[in-house]
Amino acid sequence: MDFLHDILLRPFMDMAGQPDFFIQVIWEGFVAGILYALIALGFVLIYKASGVFNFAQGIMVVFAGLTLVGLHEKGVPAWLALILTIGVMALLAVCIERFVMRKLVAQPDIILLMSTIGMTYFLVGLGEFVFGGEPKQMITSQLGLPTGSTAVEMGERGLIIFQHIDIAAAVIAIIMVAALAVFFNRTRIGRALRAVADDHQAALSVGISLNQIWAIVWFAAGIVALTTGIMWGARSDVSFALEIVALKALPVLILGGFTSIPGAIVGGLIIGIGEKIGEIYWGPLVGGGIESWLAYMIALIFLLFRPQGLFGERIIERI
Amino acid sequence: MFYREVGQFKTSYAADQQVFPIRQDRVGVVVILLVALVVVPWAGNDFFLSAIAIPFLVLALATIGLNVLTGYAGQLSLGTGGFMGVGAYACYKLVTLFPDAPIIVHVLLSGFAAAAVGIVFGLPSLRIKGLYLAVTTLAAQFFFEWCFIRIPWLYNYNASGAIEVPGRSMFGVMLTGPSASSTARYYTVLLVVIALTFLVKNLIRGRIGRQWMMIRDMDIAAELMGVRPLHAKLSAFAVSSYLCGVAGAMFVFFYLGAAEPSAFSVTLSFQVLFMAILGGLGSLIGSFFGAAFIWILPILLRWGMPLVGMPLPSETVTQLTSMIVGALIIVFLILEPHGLARLWQIAKEKLRVWPFPYA
Amino acid sequence: MMRKSVIVGGLLAVLAASAAVPAFAEDSVYVPLFSYRTGPYAGSGIPIANGMSDYLTMLNERDGGINGVKIVVEECETGYDTQKGVECYEQVKAKNPVVINPYSTGITLQVIPKAGVDKIPVLSMAYGLSAGAVGDTFPWVFNPPDTYWDGASAIITDIANREGGLDKLAGKKIGYIYLDAGYGKEPIPLLEDFSKKYGFTLTQYPVPGKEMQNQSSQWLNIRRDNPDYMIMWGWGAMNPTAVKEATKIRYPMDRFYGIWWSGGNDDAAAGGDAAKGYRTMNFHGVGKDYPVIQDIKKYVVDAGKSHVDPAKFADNLYNRGVYNSMLIAEGIRRAQEISGKKVITAADMRDGLENLNIDEARIKEMGMEGFAAPVKLSCSDHSGHHKVYVVEWNGSDWQKATDWFAPMTDVVRPMLEKAAEEYTAANAPWPKREEACKSN
Repeated sequence: MDFLHDILLRPFMDMAGQPDFFIQVIWEGFVAGILYALIALGFVLIYKASGVFNFAQGIMVVFAGLTLVGLHEKGVPAWLALILTIGVMALLAVCIERFVMRKLVAQPDIILLMSTIGMTYFLVGLGEFVFGGEPKQMITSQLGLPTGSTAVEMGERGLIIFQHIDIAAAVIAIIMVAALAVFFNRTRIGRALRAVADDHQAALSVGISLNQIWAIVWFAAGIVALTTGIMWGARSDVSFALEIVALKALPVLILGGFTSIPGAIVGGLIIGIGEKIGEIYWGPLVGGGIESWLAYMIALIFLLFRPQGLFGERIIERI
Repeated sequence: MFYREVGQFKTSYAADQQVFPIRQDRVGVVVILLVALVVVPWAGNDFFLSAIAIPFLVLALATIGLNVLTGYAGQLSLGTGGFMGVGAYACYKLVTLFPDAPIIVHVLLSGFAAAAVGIVFGLPSLRIKGLYLAVTTLAAQFFFEWCFIRIPWLYNYNASGAIEVPGRSMFGVMLTGPSASSTARYYTVLLVVIALTFLVKNLIRGRIGRQWMMIRDMDIAAELMGVRPLHAKLSAFAVSSYLCGVAGAMFVFFYLGAAEPSAFSVTLSFQVLFMAILGGLGSLIGSFFGAAFIWILPILLRWGMPLVGMPLPSETVTQLTSMIVGALIIVFLILEPHGLARLWQIAKEKLRVWPFPYA
Repeated sequence: MMRKSVIVGGLLAVLAASAAVPAFAEDSVYVPLFSYRTGPYAGSGIPIANGMSDYLTMLNERDGGINGVKIVVEECETGYDTQKGVECYEQVKAKNPVVINPYSTGITLQVIPKAGVDKIPVLSMAYGLSAGAVGDTFPWVFNPPDTYWDGASAIITDIANREGGLDKLAGKKIGYIYLDAGYGKEPIPLLEDFSKKYGFTLTQYPVPGKEMQNQSSQWLNIRRDNPDYMIMWGWGAMNPTAVKEATKIRYPMDRFYGIWWSGGNDDAAAGGDAAKGYRTMNFHGVGKDYPVIQDIKKYVVDAGKSHVDPAKFADNLYNRGVYNSMLIAEGIRRAQEISGKKVITAADMRDGLENLNIDEARIKEMGMEGFAAPVKLSCSDHSGHHKVYVVEWNGSDWQKATDWFAPMTDVVRPMLEKAAEEYTAANAPWPKREEACKSN
């Protein structure tokens, strides 16, 4: 009976008892969710256009952040470092397309997946070789991003703390998604991208260059990775441990579907907020730390009822 | 010329159905077994046996396990590390609960624990396919990792949270623990791997293996032809997890000597997946090739680089190793997506028609 | 087909290139250092590796080694990965090392049973298995100057001192945030025992290795529970993230304690000005104002023989590496005295470490006055439970915040002995100590 009470009632009493804290939990979950969504967005962009499940997205986040900070450490001013980093990501995209993707056209999913894990090994080695293995502090203020925090008082002794950088992350993420939406729907390249996503061969036959599109998509994913790297780097710091954080985006993907941009965002928010609430209010019952798999379980159970994800296209199989 | 089966007639069904129908293969297998059983322990030093040969064999077994699931039954899994961990912890519990039973029995039994959880986490495969399934197997991976940390019963409430291997002997020879010689450990692992490989070889040739391959090639068609997907998929998960579980138990008991939960992280899953893919999906010999390539290559690079080039600091060697391994993996996937097993097959073709290029 | 034969050819070339083990000169001792300059824990691993190899290099450069015997230093990169740890161990074993420095609690646990069989001493300086301090059970394991349990008891002592006595701890709430691995779990039995004994509540916040940089849940919980004091057992990327999160929830930093391994300069600097007051334990000097550090600068860093980034020279973890190497060097020196040999073996090294006795005079001689406290080990006590002190972060550097004080040895020692018994019971049959206690 006590057990049932602990599972079914206590968490909600806790939520109602400390509303300021509950709001704080939701806010933290929301911010984490946005960052998960950003990582997932990188996956979705590439999967849509080329059918590659890009495991290297995590290391791209680290690599982009590391390049930015590493260049700044070598004496390059912040704005120039940012531009150079964007250049590096473009170069990386071209190289990946030229030396990997182009050669692996029409291979099975798993081969493409493995090639991105190969890329991960390569980029881990390269990043450490060039910039060293020490964690680096994100150059938040140099980039003109806000630091510090605002506390909102609530009631008697309630307090909600908003980090400015988190607010900035939310704003930038929204701008980014909007920009991507405009890019996809309003520009020539965007339309070509959607055509490629729909049907490779049909797109080829109307004269769209697949190679060019893939390079562009990888570049876009690189920009998303850079944004994620800056935001997450500002929350903790830029180190190779960040790579593992990208794994958190995978349940977001299954929840939202591999091919849906709105799915990535909604999925990210659901997972971000859901796992924080789960961890804070139910986690203590089993010793805590359930965050690492709770998201997967939510997604797994969800998948059993809707195998193509929240917004995914319905899978039709033919013999 | 060297590998020609012309003139080898079979006069009975038994002869026609044997595991190695070609004489050259039989000779080859005997030679390999002789090398593994006699030459390696005789010629290899402690470092070779403990740091190369033993983990190579153990990981080859795990790769075979994954190959059953991914290569033969077509279900992509990223949870190998977790299943290996289940085997290792099960073996630890068995060893401490029943200290008197022989260690080999523990190792072989511990695989069943892994098989049981493998079936449970295989259930979603009935609904979910392809990459979606791969991501859901990560759920198993992370859930197990959490269990190894959060359920103290699994590590006997040990303060350090690690499992430590007690010394156990069989027939008066120490097999596990610090005082077991590397030769004894090597032989134990070798015998288990040979026995299980032979078993899997026969499973795959049989009814169940054919069902797996039908499911892999086209599950709806297989279902229409009377293969029960529930039965076929779950049996693949069970057999695969069993092999991974045994491999995991041996990984700790005969190689690492003590293990923290982080030993069974997702990195290990990726490592084994690479072995399976670079070796060649759906090939047992490929599993050995792949394990050798992925396990031994970095060691050789770390070792060889300072010898051929300038003496590099150890961290640079590690970084370069990581880059080279990554690049080589991509090169391999591009040049031969069917893996080393396919290269082996090509080599055999060449030998058959040698010295003529075409025949 | 051409390209395929290229692959095969390349493989063969790599195979062929890997032969022969480099040989070492006769009059030298081989000291392998397991280091990690790569991976998620590199942030803590790099300064330590630099400090360790720089001190030994300095001895080679300045004094021509120890009593004329050169020290051959070789790093083996583990990446804090237990698999590579085994590989490193097997690799260095063949080259007759005099001592092993695993630098990872996980690898230490793996190496401990092997060390007794292979007869190689394991020096796990202030990390590893706390029970390893019991020399009668673990003749080959050394963890001077203090065990984790000493560290935890010292933190509780300092808290009690500030509160005005151990009896004032009753009713307080102390939070413990730790890396959820062998390392972070090590002090829990002691803390739980203390919480019963002194009547404070202990709340635990595990941080999984994967979530090192994603600690907002843990800190939300801390904010809710609002403990009076926080204790942290963090490593690698976990430390800077935790310090940052603590400043985010506006936790009073002077009530936030880290074990010595959470005391990297980069760790605290991540919190910026807000991290002022963050306290960690320490057992060696901070800063550059010691003759020994100046010598390292002169003979190694300025001579271009070090990897260290000049800006990070002599930061806290670097000095810790120096301290660790000092213990190695003094162990070798003592072993030479006892055995009468110049080139010592691993067994001699064990005797040397067991009889380690670094007194004030010797400390002065080494140019470490104020840098190190005296260290004395014995056959039964391989840790010594030496004095420690607290440093405080002032926004740019660590500052000494308390005097040297002793951990609660009288409480810790019986617990260690009990833990050693439990270890041997769990790992039965555990070999009885056969090594004679050589003292002179």
